[in-house]
Amino acid sequence: MTLPMPALRSDGRPRGEPLVWLTAMGLSVGLAMIVALLAVIVVQGVSVFWPKRVHAIKLHDGTTLLGEILKTRERRDGQGEELQVFVGNRDSWGNAFRWIDRRAIADLEQPSGVIEVERVEYGDAIGYPVRLLLADGSALDADDPAFRPRIAELVREVVERRAEIFHLERRVIGRNSRAINEQEVLLRRAKRTGDAALAERARAEQQRLKEEYERLAEEATRLRALQNANRLVIRLIDGRERRISLGTVVAVTWPNDMSFSERLGYFFGNLWTFLSDNPREANTEGGIFPAIFGTFVMTLLMSIAVTPFGVLAAIYLREYAKQGPFVRAVRISINNLAGVPSIVFGVFGLGFFVYIVGGTIDELFFTDRLPEPTYGTGGILWASLTLALMTVPVVIVATEESIAAVPRGMREGSLALGASKWQTIQRIVMPAAVPGILTGLILAMARGAGEVAPLMLVGVVKLAPSLPIDGNWNATDIIPFLHLEQKFMHLGFHIYDLGFQSPDSDAAVPMVFATTLLLITLVVVLNLAAILMRERLRRKYQTGAF
Amino acid sequence: MTGIATASPAAAIPQTSGEQIASTGDPAYIRIINFDFFYGASQALFDISMDIPERQVTAFIGPSGCGKSTLLRSINRMNDLIDGAHHRGDIQVGGKSIYDPLLEVTSLRKRIGMVFQKSNPFPKSIFENVVYGLRVAGVSDRRTLEAACEEALRGAALWDEVKDRLDQSALGLSGGQQQRLCIARAIAIRPEVILMDEPCSALDPIATGRIEELILELKKTYTVVIVTHNMQQAARVSDRTAFFYLGRLIEYDKTLTIFTNPSVKQTEDYITGRFG
Repeated sequence: MTLPMPALRSDGRPRGEPLVWLTAMGLSVGLAMIVALLAVIVVQGVSVFWPKRVHAIKLHDGTTLLGEILKTRERRDGQGEELQVFVGNRDSWGNAFRWIDRRAIADLEQPSGVIEVERVEYGDAIGYPVRLLLADGSALDADDPAFRPRIAELVREVVERRAEIFHLERRVIGRNSRAINEQEVLLRRAKRTGDAALAERARAEQQRLKEEYERLAEEATRLRALQNANRLVIRLIDGRERRISLGTVVAVTWPNDMSFSERLGYFFGNLWTFLSDNPREANTEGGIFPAIFGTFVMTLLMSIAVTPFGVLAAIYLREYAKQGPFVRAVRISINNLAGVPSIVFGVFGLGFFVYIVGGTIDELFFTDRLPEPTYGTGGILWASLTLALMTVPVVIVATEESIAAVPRGMREGSLALGASKWQTIQRIVMPAAVPGILTGLILAMARGAGEVAPLMLVGVVKLAPSLPIDGNWNATDIIPFLHLEQKFMHLGFHIYDLGFQSPDSDAAVPMVFATTLLLITLVVVLNLAAILMRERLRRKYQTGAF
Repeated sequence: MTGIATASPAAAIPQTSGEQIASTGDPAYIRIINFDFFYGASQALFDISMDIPERQVTAFIGPSGCGKSTLLRSINRMNDLIDGAHHRGDIQVGGKSIYDPLLEVTSLRKRIGMVFQKSNPFPKSIFENVVYGLRVAGVSDRRTLEAACEEALRGAALWDEVKDRLDQSALGLSGGQQQRLCIARAIAIRPEVILMDEPCSALDPIATGRIEELILELKKTYTVVIVTHNMQQAARVSDRTAFFYLGRLIEYDKTLTIFTNPSVKQTEDYITGRFG
């Protein structure tokens, strides 16, 4: 006898699988949203650096605009579209961005010979070059063939000299004024202890430093004067002429006369500036190097703090603590700690690290500097420790899991050879658990690097005067060249600041996208590094053949 | 090293209450006295008393769950690791109680090596695996370690197969080689006793044969206790056999006697395959 063929459903799909499409939908919707978000960020973030063409836009009412067309959007009344145009010259127009109704446009062209001047202040100037007024009183007309090479050369000189001035004012004079402050501290100490010899020495040294300062300041003034020797005259689209001191120029481009390869060159140049330069103009121009560096140093310090702490806690919890209701409660508490809102950690960090620990350090070791706080205010050390506290549950959980995953046979093998428990942990359990610990650490790093809220309370600033690590060995350094007490900049906070605290939000939009792209890239790179490292270690420490 | 192995400490043990303790006539090296063992509330071993003689192979047989592995693991106190495990009675090795509070458990385990059911090489090189016991004991002189490594690998009949790749990972060895490596690792610290917990259960017949040859070789130097499910193996390698059932020692005698003329009906039923 043969069994009857099972009946097929009329739609041909197997029975009992009615919700397959729903689960597939869930996944697709999630993926689509992530891909769309990433695409927006990548496209917007990358296009920031691509040099755009400048259009001359003739309107029906007879006026003409000169600017970059950024985007189009539907008019709010539904009557056609409008374009956003970057017209630059904020000092002349008052606003560098303009919305224009598409129907108002009579003619659109890309005129040759337009110059775009990136300046230290007021953003870009867009117009037609007229002439160069040189230091010796002569002038060079724009139609002279020597004009473009000459201006390129002058701008290069100006940029180099600006770096020199920056170095002189920020680094050399900065070091000098810190040294003067140090002598002030010594004077105060001398007064407190009644040490006349010390007071005399400090006063003499201070005098010498002040003389040195005069000399340096003079030098800076001389350089500044040189900066403003040459001027560029451009004609704006409304016919007015503008004089731009070359001392304020960052770069000069000819947006409509560039070949593709030149534009590519500018693209990478802009990218490099973004990554390596200091911010300007309330952070909406220039680069974000201090924020990258601050994020990096903070994440590093956080990892240094969180790893030993988390790993040791996990070892105790898993290997030594007597498993029972109490340990279970501790474990649940740790897991819950990971869910505490991060701002709460920020408040704790402010109260405990900054006020209590930092305040005590100031009272004990930096008495002569009070009432000005040294460690008793937000700083990169307190920010790192706060984040370490916030991410320690991640490390503990990951470490515990990877310790628990080490096969029992390996531990027994070690113990049976007369190894003590600690020797077994040290020589067998920990090496095998390293991949898992690293995974936890990288997850913690990714979370810490992207965190903003607690940092706002414990040391992040919009613009930090100097980097947390540099060539200066300050008197307040515990570790030479590492200024643990200093405020710092951070990528996540930078995004918030640019997007929501900026005086010119239109100007800040490109930087927001670029910074977001960078932060996402950083987190992805960290995660990839973790995965690669884990795979390699896993192959090295794979367990027995059975 | 304790140096006990060179003397014959077994001879020093006073032979007490011959009736109570299952003995096979030879002087005892390991003496188990009225030993009860509990995992928490459940009792796994009931009043075991037996003498295990020096430099012979003693096999523990019995159906799964009969307590033979528990007893074996009690001899080097591996059961200490289990939460809630406790015991009554005593085990003496070389005339001294292993539960002496003054005795460090690590030094006990250095005297009593163990080979597990699953080979458990460390994810290190072959060399580092063999000298692990010496390293944790504080030996760091390279030449001493190399000499000990070669001696141990020769002792485990593995030297010729691995001498050219001592620095390679032990995880690249075959299952049988891994198990012999574990034996080499155990004998590298020159123990007095080697405990084997079903050492061949995961191996093919050829690898099993080599391990069995090795066991016969090892008993010239070491006292060997082996737990096995394989009756033929017990018959082939052991001098004495103990049969356990439900946590009790049912019968303990010369292997030949157990297999040809058992005095208890249960033993006969088990070895002839009627249950278990």
